[in-house]
Amino acid sequence: MIELKNTSMLFGAGTVNENLALKEINLKVKEGDFITVIGSNGAGKSTLFNLIAGTIIPTTGSISVNNIDVTREPEYRRARYIGRIFQNPLLGTASNMSLEDNMMITYRKGFKWLKRSLNSKMREFFRKELIQLKMGLEERMKENLAMFSGGQRQALTLLMMVLSKPALVLLDEHTAALDPKNAAIVLELTDKFIKEYKLTSMMITHNMSHAIEYGNRLLMMDKGEIIFDIEGDEKKALTVEKLIAKFHELRHANFENDRALLTEE
Amino acid sequence: MIEGILVEGLIYGIMVLGVFITFRILDFPDLTVDGSFPLGAALMVQGILLGYNGWVALLMAFVGGVMAGVVTAIIHNHLKVPNLLAGILTMTMLYSINIRILGNRANVPLLNQDTILSSVSTRFAGIVPDEYLLLVFFIIVVLVIKLLIDQFFRTDLGMTMGAMGNNEQMVISQGVNPKTLKTIGVGLSNGLVAVSGAFAAQYLGFADVGLGQGIIISGLASVMIGEFLVMKSNKIGVLTLCAIMGSILFHGVMYLGRYYGYLINMTPNDLNLIKGLLIIVLLVLTQSRKLKKFAAKAMVSK
Repeated sequence: MIELKNTSMLFGAGTVNENLALKEINLKVKEGDFITVIGSNGAGKSTLFNLIAGTIIPTTGSISVNNIDVTREPEYRRARYIGRIFQNPLLGTASNMSLEDNMMITYRKGFKWLKRSLNSKMREFFRKELIQLKMGLEERMKENLAMFSGGQRQALTLLMMVLSKPALVLLDEHTAALDPKNAAIVLELTDKFIKEYKLTSMMITHNMSHAIEYGNRLLMMDKGEIIFDIEGDEKKALTVEKLIAKFHELRHANFENDRALLTEE
Repeated sequence: MIEGILVEGLIYGIMVLGVFITFRILDFPDLTVDGSFPLGAALMVQGILLGYNGWVALLMAFVGGVMAGVVTAIIHNHLKVPNLLAGILTMTMLYSINIRILGNRANVPLLNQDTILSSVSTRFAGIVPDEYLLLVFFIIVVLVIKLLIDQFFRTDLGMTMGAMGNNEQMVISQGVNPKTLKTIGVGLSNGLVAVSGAFAAQYLGFADVGLGQGIIISGLASVMIGEFLVMKSNKIGVLTLCAIMGSILFHGVMYLGRYYGYLINMTPNDLNLIKGLLIIVLLVLTQSRKLKKFAAKAMVSK
């Protein structure tokens, strides 16, 4: 479905800060995949997402979706089939608008016209969908999102993203800014929605056990490369210890420094 | 006196609605306004002098204003010029264009011409008392414009624009090009400002290239006074009403300064200083109000 061919990303070319963030990446995301992506800081995870989403354009190589080259397609155009959730819960919703207005804006992708779609039927539909979150938000549809907590906003962003039926979901450490309790709730919802709506997804996480527990495929990144890509039964058999050992074997480097970042619990 | 303040407040209130759209909804501080206001006035006066119907001239003013706003948006979007600078560029260019429109003159009077206002006063003379005629007319005009704006921001397009100033990433994530939204918003805003200028020219009886000087500050001060009236609302109808009320109050204060300022040794030349100080005072008051609210919240949560 999505394919990256020899894609590289070089930042600050010709300066002292020159940084090859991604080195000739080759990746094929199949329809229905739920891929977890792990790697320490600077491994290139976010750069990979930015390339797929179209926030940045690769230095070399190409990106295609269903065999159509989208390497130079701007972010807002790709957003019509890609749903992305950021670490910062404020980025998915507008604080100065009511919950129902936010849901209406995100309900359909693409340019909006001079049409009033928010009516009682729509409100009833949103209300029903909100019940799934089990946060009581269905009673607060007229309230501004500034009144909601980060966890509520992220859960809502997730629901709104799912309702827009994207072909690909990018989750960029979307639970990292939440407290443990809310993070667990949002992660459970994520898993539930992805399974229920059969969404093709990629999820960056710093938590090794999450990376192992969720999804059918796992990518480990290091220094701009995908060093490890497993799926299916092989992935099911994975444990945190095996993953660390694998990293050691592949990179002949110690993992100790990264332990703090790649939490195990 | 009071009708004068109200009428002025309402005429300039249309401009304030435009400033409200750019500053508050789009978060795009747009200085084109200082040029598009006299542009509206110039197009109106020249249109009438050329023999067009007043409403046609008004439409011309609106279209001219929209175009000015679109130019600013294009400069900002495609040349990656900061929004403030893009507005100043258009404003500066408009100064020359406005003089051109006025036939290479800086000031053109509208003497004994059929304007919208004169035709309204002849048609409704006797039905509405003379001194309230303009007031009633402008209440209706401003109300219609306000309601149209309210309707616009309830549509899908308008709502997306509402999210724009708060969260551009969200707009991008919905597959909407933020550049398009900025162009529509800034265009619409300047269209309103030009309409305001067109009515001001009829009210004052002339168009002058200097009419727009400092308009943006008046508009911003009015928006802020209006916001000060109501704590916080997410209802577009309330917000636009506040902007209009703010404009009326602002003109009340300016009126006092102009006619009673001599009591404290003020001259009309001090009005710009007063406008600036008014904005600063409002900023300080809003800040302290926020702090108080924050403190109250902290107390409750303890």
